[in-house]
Amino acid sequence: MIELEYIDYVTLSPLRRLFYRLSQGIRHLPRRTVDLAQRTGGRIRKRTLAFGRAVKSYGTIFRQGDIKTRLSYLVMGAGSFLRGQVAKGLIFLFLQAAFIVYMVTFGIGQLALLPTLGIATKKEIWNEKLQIYEYIQGDNSMLILLFSVVTIFIVFAFLGVYLANIRLAYRNQQAAGRGEHLPGIVRDIRNLFDKNLHVTFLSLPSLGIVMFTILPLIFMILIAFTNYDKSHQPPGNLFTWVGLENFRNIFWSNPTQSRTFVGIFQWTLVWAFFATFSNYILGMILALMINKKGIRFKKFWRTVFIVTIAVPQFVSLLLMSRMLADQGAMNVFLGYLGIGPVPFLTTALFARITVIVINIWVGIPYTMLITSGILMNIPADLYESARIDGAGVVKTFTHITLPYMIFVTTPYLITQFVGNINNFNVIYLLTGGGPLSLDYYQGGKTDLLVTWLYKLTVNNQDYNLASAIGIIIFLITASLSLLVYNLSGSSRKEESFQ
Amino acid sequence: MKSSRARSIAANSAIYVILSVMGILWLIPIAWLVLISFRAEPGAWTPYILPQSYTLDNYTRLFTDTQLFNYPRWFMNTLIVAIFTCVISTVMVLMTSYTLSRLRFKSRKGLLNLGLILGMFPGFMSMIAIYYILKAMGLSQSLLALIMVYSGASGLGYFIAKGFFDTIPKALDEAAIVDGANQNTIFWQIILPLSKPIVIYTVLTSFMAPWVDFIFVSVIMKDNYNNYTIALGLYQMLTRENIYRYFTQFCAGAVLIAIPITILFVIMQKYYVSGVTGGAVKG
Repeated sequence: MIELEYIDYVTLSPLRRLFYRLSQGIRHLPRRTVDLAQRTGGRIRKRTLAFGRAVKSYGTIFRQGDIKTRLSYLVMGAGSFLRGQVAKGLIFLFLQAAFIVYMVTFGIGQLALLPTLGIATKKEIWNEKLQIYEYIQGDNSMLILLFSVVTIFIVFAFLGVYLANIRLAYRNQQAAGRGEHLPGIVRDIRNLFDKNLHVTFLSLPSLGIVMFTILPLIFMILIAFTNYDKSHQPPGNLFTWVGLENFRNIFWSNPTQSRTFVGIFQWTLVWAFFATFSNYILGMILALMINKKGIRFKKFWRTVFIVTIAVPQFVSLLLMSRMLADQGAMNVFLGYLGIGPVPFLTTALFARITVIVINIWVGIPYTMLITSGILMNIPADLYESARIDGAGVVKTFTHITLPYMIFVTTPYLITQFVGNINNFNVIYLLTGGGPLSLDYYQGGKTDLLVTWLYKLTVNNQDYNLASAIGIIIFLITASLSLLVYNLSGSSRKEESFQ
Repeated sequence: MKSSRARSIAANSAIYVILSVMGILWLIPIAWLVLISFRAEPGAWTPYILPQSYTLDNYTRLFTDTQLFNYPRWFMNTLIVAIFTCVISTVMVLMTSYTLSRLRFKSRKGLLNLGLILGMFPGFMSMIAIYYILKAMGLSQSLLALIMVYSGASGLGYFIAKGFFDTIPKALDEAAIVDGANQNTIFWQIILPLSKPIVIYTVLTSFMAPWVDFIFVSVIMKDNYNNYTIALGLYQMLTRENIYRYFTQFCAGAVLIAIPITILFVIMQKYYVSGVTGGAVKG
C-alpha cells in the first residue's frame, strides 16, 4: 500500500483510515524496530560516555581541590564542616559513620554469602552432656538474598550521598574562592519548599515505592533464577542459583510444566480477546440505547447498571459462583424448565464460556460509563448522510459508530486488553481456575497466567516458577504497552497536522 | 413522515423492552443476595429458589455470634485501615502527581518512565517478598502492616491525578510567583483549592480499597483471625467447612458493606468517568 498524502487520507472513511493506519503500522514495523534498536544503542553509548565523563570529573575535582575538598573524599562533610556549614557537615559525617557501622556489622557478611546463598544447612547434633539433640541454626537463603538486595540498595544510596558530598565540597570551594557567603542550613530548608519542592514532595512516596514495589520486585526477579520451590524451603533447606533453568523448564525441558504454560497462555490470550471485545461492543450498544433520542428515564437506566459496578466484586462474583454451581440456584431454575443440570463451572468448555459471559455482566456497565461521553461526540452529520443514503441501524453501527470508536479509543482498548490478561478477580472468584486438569501442573482449565502465578505462590510455594511467570507476563504486557505508545504517538502526530 | 414516526416508536419500544430485560438480568444476582440474607433456612444450596421463610437472624447473628467469625471486629479493623490508608495515600498520590505534573526538574522524565515500567509487573508477584520484608520489620500479621502495604506504594497511582493537574493552566503559577508566592504555597493555596474533584476521587478510591481487597490481606494476615478485614472474613465464610452454616450470614454481611460502597460509588461516578477517560482515551 502506498503512502497517502494527508489530503487523501482525510477523505477516507473512518474504517478505511483504520485499515490504512494498521497497514502502515505493519509496513513500517521493520524500519521502526531498526530505529528503536539504533536509538537504544545510541542512548547506551551516550550514557556510557556520560558515565566516563562523570568518573573523570571526580578525578579533576580531586586534582583541583584544596585540602578541605580533598579531605571530603575521606571524611564526608569535611568540605562543609570546615567552611562553616556545621549542620550539613555533621549530617554527612553521621551518614558515613552509620554506613560503615552497618556494613561492618552486617552488610558485608550478607554480601559475602550472596554468591552461594548460604552453605550451612540446619543440623542436629547429639549433646553428650545433656543427652539431647541440639539444633544448630543453618543459613537462611531467603534472608541472605533479601538482606543482600537491601544492602546493595543501601550501598547505591550511600554512593549517591558520597558523590553529592564531593560535589558540594567543590562548589563550596569555588564559592569561597569567589568570596561568596555560603548558604546555611536555614536557606537549604527554605529551598526545600520552593526551588527544591520536588525533593520534599517525592521523598516520602519514593521511599514507599522503593520499599513496597522496587525492593520486592527485584527480590522476586532474582528468585526466578534460583530453585526456591517447595522442596527448598528455608529455614530447613537452602536454595541456590540455577541460572535460566526455570525458564527452560517452562518452555521445553519439563513436559508437564511447558504443557501447562502453553495451555494457560493460549487461554489467557483467547480470554483477553473475547473479554475485551465482548465488553467493548456490547457496552457500546448499551450506551447507544440508553442515550438514544426519545428514550426516557436515562438516569434511571444508568443507575441500574452502575449499581452492579458498585457492589464489591468479591461479593457479586462469589455469589454467582455459588448460583452457578452444580446444585446452585441456576440449575434449580433450569430444573423447573425441565433442562438437566448444566455443568456451568465444572467442565472445561462450559466453564470457559461461563467466565466470558459473567465477565460481560461485570464489564458492560464500565464500558457504558466510559463510552457514553465519546459516543455523544461523534459528528452528527456522519449519521445524517448515512441516513440519507438509506443505511439501516445495523449498517450505521458497523460502518460509522464502531470504526469511529475504535479509531478514537485504540489506546483504551489495548489497556483493557492488558488489564484482561491480568484479570485476577473474575477468574479466581468464579472458578478458582478450575476445573482442575491432570494434564496441568497445579493449574486448571480457566486459569490465566496471573491466577496460576497466585496459586503457585500461595498454595504450592513454587516461588521460582511463579517469579519466572511474572517476568513473562511483564514481557507480554510491556510489549503490548509499547505498541500502544507507538500507536498513540502516531495519532498525536496526526493531531499536530490538523 | 408518519411512517418514520411510527418506526421510531417501534424502535423505542423495542429498546425499552431490551433495556428492561437487561436491567432485570443485571439486578437478579443483587436481588438474590438480599433475599438470601433474610432466608431462615441454612445451607448454600437448596432445591428451590425463593426462601421458604424469612428472618432477621442472619443480621443479628453477625453481631452476636462472634465466636468464630467476629464481624464487628473485622468491620472496625477495616474501618481503621481504610481511614489511615485513605489519609496517607491521598497525600502521597497528590504530592507525586503534582510534582510530576507541574514541577520541572532533571530526573522527571526518568521517573515517569520508571513509574510506567513498574506498573506493568503483575501487582501480587511481589507479595511474598513484601510479606517477608514486613516480617523482618517485625510487623507481619498486624493492621499496621496492612496500612503500609495499601498506602506504601500508592505514589505509583499518580496517572489519573496527574492528568487532572496537567489541565490547570500554567499561567496561574506564574501569576502567583510574581506575587511572591513560593512553590509550596502555590500548591496548597492555589492549585489544591482548584482540584476538589480529583481530591474527592482520590480519597474515595483509596478509602474503598481495603474494603474490597482480599489478596494482600490473606497473604499478610495468614491465620490471625482477629486482624482480618471484612473481605477476607467474608471469604472465609464460604470455605467448604463453613459454607453450610454461614452462607446466609455471608449474604447479610455482604449486604451491609455493599450499601455504603454503592452509595459512595454512585456519588463519585462522575469523577470516576472523567478520571478514567481523561487518562486512557485519546480523543
